[in-house]
Amino acid sequence: MSESKGESEHGGVSVRTLEIVVAAALMGLAAVVMYDNWITGARWGADGPQAGYFPFYVALLMLISAGMVLLRALPLAAPRRRFVEPSKFRPVLALLIPSMVYVVFAAYLGVYVAAAIYLTYFMFVVGRYKAAVVAPVAIGVPIVLFLLFEVWFLVPLPKGPLEYWLGY
Amino acid sequence: MIDFLKKSLAALSVAVLAGAGILVTASPADAWEPTRTVEFIVPAGAGGGADQMARMIQGIVQKHKLIPQSMVVINKSGGAGADGFLDVKASKGNPHKLIITLSNLFTTPLATGVPFNWTDLTPVAMLALDEFVLWVPADAPYKTAKEYVDAAKKAGPGKFKMAGTGSKQEDQIITAAVEQQTGAKFAYVPFKGGGTVAKQLVGKHVNSSVNNPIEGVSHWRAGNLRPLCVFDGQRIALKQKITKEMSWNDIPTCKEEGLDIEYLMLRGIFMPGGVPADAVDYYVGLFKKVRETPEWKQFMGNGAFNTTFMSGKEYRDWVAKAETTHKSLMTKAGFLAAKK
Amino acid sequence: MEAVDSLFHGFAVALTAQNIMYMVVGILLGVLIGVLPGLGGANGVAILLPLTFSMSPTSAIIMLSCIYWGALFGGAITSILFNIPGEPWSVATTFDGFPMARAGRAGEALTAAFTSSFVGALIAVIVLTFLAPIIAEFSLRFGPAEFFAVQLLTFCSFVGLGGGSPWKTVASMMLGFALAAVGIDTVTGQLRMTFGSVEMIRGFDFLVAVIGLFGVGEILLTMEEGLAFKGERPKINARVVLDTWKELPRYWITSLRGAFIGCWMGITPGGATPASFMSYGLAKRFSKNGPQFGSGHIEGVVAPETAAHAAGTSALLPMLTLGIPGSPTAAVLLGGLLIWGLQPGPMLFIEQPDFVWGLIASMYLGNVVGLIIVLTTVPWWAAILRVPFSVVGPVIVVICSIGAYTVHNAFLDIVLMLVFGVVGYVFKKLQYPLAPLVLALVLGDMAESAFRQSMILSGGSLSIFWSNGLVSSITALAIFVLFWPQISAGIARLVSGRAAKQNSPGD
Repeated sequence: MSESKGESEHGGVSVRTLEIVVAAALMGLAAVVMYDNWITGARWGADGPQAGYFPFYVALLMLISAGMVLLRALPLAAPRRRFVEPSKFRPVLALLIPSMVYVVFAAYLGVYVAAAIYLTYFMFVVGRYKAAVVAPVAIGVPIVLFLLFEVWFLVPLPKGPLEYWLGY
Repeated sequence: MIDFLKKSLAALSVAVLAGAGILVTASPADAWEPTRTVEFIVPAGAGGGADQMARMIQGIVQKHKLIPQSMVVINKSGGAGADGFLDVKASKGNPHKLIITLSNLFTTPLATGVPFNWTDLTPVAMLALDEFVLWVPADAPYKTAKEYVDAAKKAGPGKFKMAGTGSKQEDQIITAAVEQQTGAKFAYVPFKGGGTVAKQLVGKHVNSSVNNPIEGVSHWRAGNLRPLCVFDGQRIALKQKITKEMSWNDIPTCKEEGLDIEYLMLRGIFMPGGVPADAVDYYVGLFKKVRETPEWKQFMGNGAFNTTFMSGKEYRDWVAKAETTHKSLMTKAGFLAAKK
Repeated sequence: MEAVDSLFHGFAVALTAQNIMYMVVGILLGVLIGVLPGLGGANGVAILLPLTFSMSPTSAIIMLSCIYWGALFGGAITSILFNIPGEPWSVATTFDGFPMARAGRAGEALTAAFTSSFVGALIAVIVLTFLAPIIAEFSLRFGPAEFFAVQLLTFCSFVGLGGGSPWKTVASMMLGFALAAVGIDTVTGQLRMTFGSVEMIRGFDFLVAVIGLFGVGEILLTMEEGLAFKGERPKINARVVLDTWKELPRYWITSLRGAFIGCWMGITPGGATPASFMSYGLAKRFSKNGPQFGSGHIEGVVAPETAAHAAGTSALLPMLTLGIPGSPTAAVLLGGLLIWGLQPGPMLFIEQPDFVWGLIASMYLGNVVGLIIVLTTVPWWAAILRVPFSVVGPVIVVICSIGAYTVHNAFLDIVLMLVFGVVGYVFKKLQYPLAPLVLALVLGDMAESAFRQSMILSGGSLSIFWSNGLVSSITALAIFVLFWPQISAGIARLVSGRAAKQNSPGD
């Protein structure tokens, strides 16, 4: 739904472009919501509004207001500002991409192992720490979390082959 | 705190042992026993009737050390319980997962079209059946179910308000059944939980409710609500006085009052499909033990549950019959999901 | 004074060495639970429940309710330090708490938050002690129409606060409403906006969105700004507590208002989350420091925290007297009562006075113990900010992901959290305000079902919203608050005499 908003990897995207993209995405979303709720039933029935009534008008308001944002962003008069400097955007991606990989890993390896890998990567590559600093944190944090959630509070989190092998 | 330490030490040592590869596994010749944490899914939110029962069982199992592993209660209430059922359906063959059901086992797939059915699961045991009682405020002029229905009919369609839990679920099904039988027409107002329903009735924002006994009993004792009839084939067996004059047994059945409707809600246990038969037997035995504990007996008494226990084929047949009943009640009431 | 007698009797019950130890254990656990978004009070209560079987019900409930207090205190910690609300009712605390932490004033913000929590709870307990029976009666008068009016009031007190583009505010709020409506419609049981996907039936939970928008979004911003929480080094010493205490009495009106809102919302049962929003909104509107709210003003921490804790405390009353849990934690507590064979409901006060008054007394004691514990930890919490970001950052992401997962035990929620994180980052940079989105997401569902329940009751007539004194006065108050800027401007003009003719507060 809203994934399209993150597409600014070129770094040279101007604020105006992004304003337009976001507003258009919101309008698109609003249109989809309106359509779906119209099908569900968006009229005022005999005993009050139908299921789609509120979402329909909410989406209508969203469409209008996003439309206004779009209209205001269109004129080229404003000085072209970059949404984010490429040099500054790199660190953002340096966090975002590993985080996405972490989520994918977590689906297969479980949260704890994925967290260990993620922490190791991040501290090595971004933090440039020595192995002697990385290892205790990267291994210690998942173990503490494991004890806290699985053992003490009995909150089962996504687990992978390692935990299964350990009997969890 | 000491318990936590012990537990975590135990967990650590297990991990160490396992790591060293010297962990002795239970000999397979023995009867099946859980070898890891048993997940107990509740397809409803925290605090509801099913949740309370699940947590009660968890407490009893831990207090009396009935299983060698721990048991965790997990609420998966999304989509009127669909979330929980789909999770169990997807865990085919996993003998460490249980689910406690309420009527949404039948109503949710019928009302929403979400693809699951009780045949995707393995029935384990019926723990109890929950009764439904027709309640009105204590100072309402009608003393019997018949007087009440007559008053509702006289007032005209939609003038009498019936509060209930959720939409197109057990409470609304009963309301629809009453309407079909008597020709009265209620405005059904759905609320999120049974406690809220009882409160709305005590506050006289609505005219009646079909709360479970446990949801209404405290207000009954306090003189705020009056039970008119119980939707069961026979009266509740408990003869101990709840108020000065009445016991549960003094509430007539709705049938006695000329309202021929029976509805009981299943509080039963299921497992994922494709689990070994010994595992099912193990849990049947476990729940039999649970039923023998004083805590469970007291809990059943407080909630005036119908304590029928079933397992095996008998249980399976009961569930199949209940599904048919729900289907016909919901079809008549027009609650089935529209085919998109 | 019957209540005072009973209370002292309660103190006698609660004040044993053993019970005080249980309190400390409960508070510590509760704080931990409040800090970690993946653990709710319900988890804490649930794991301790089996341990309590061997205790007397009074000791057990003391320990369990202390978890609840601890969690109320703890929720503020991550809001202030990392912009991640550990519990829903601490969202409003991030608005000023986090900017304060960035300015190196984390210690002050934490002290203010804890102290205000304590004040809120204390006022609520006093109200409970003396007015419990009246309150129970009063809360019965809240039907769907009254409930909707309360929601409306929350909205009106919050709306129009943020500056910036009004179109963006509206778009953001509507997005929140639309997201709130995804899933099963509670009134008709129909599926809405699920587009045939089973995963969508669950809908969008508020906590997942908040953890993403606020927590992850903030981390992304921090990365952009160069890997450090700017503002730097918090002062770490014990004096910060005393210094902050000297300043706090200045905001007594805000505290009092917050406590009142909290008690009211806890009882009616709006809950702690709307209470914190309403209190923040009203404080911003009526305080002379209002314009500085959002940039790190201490009063902006005082307002929501007082209200949230007052609401959390008074919400236990409906649980005891009516058997209605105000939150999942309360729900599990309620289950505990049943296991001990106590039947919550109107008769509890009469049949189990030892238990009830022991509990009320423990509310006083538990909060005092709690305040002492959390205040001593202030320097330690503030010290976390000294850990380099390249260590803390990913740890926060991991904890956030766990928090998102545990809401529904659904993996998709972790993915959604990241998506919300990106949305939060982009929105923040484009100056779409996030608070209206979150508020709409919290209240959207509740407000809509209350409205439609009212419509079923009234047979589709809107007149139900001014059908009795209570509901009309709340509705009128809501409208008054909504137009307060215009009204106050109108009054100012009248007073100055420049526009004597113009007395209508039109927009």
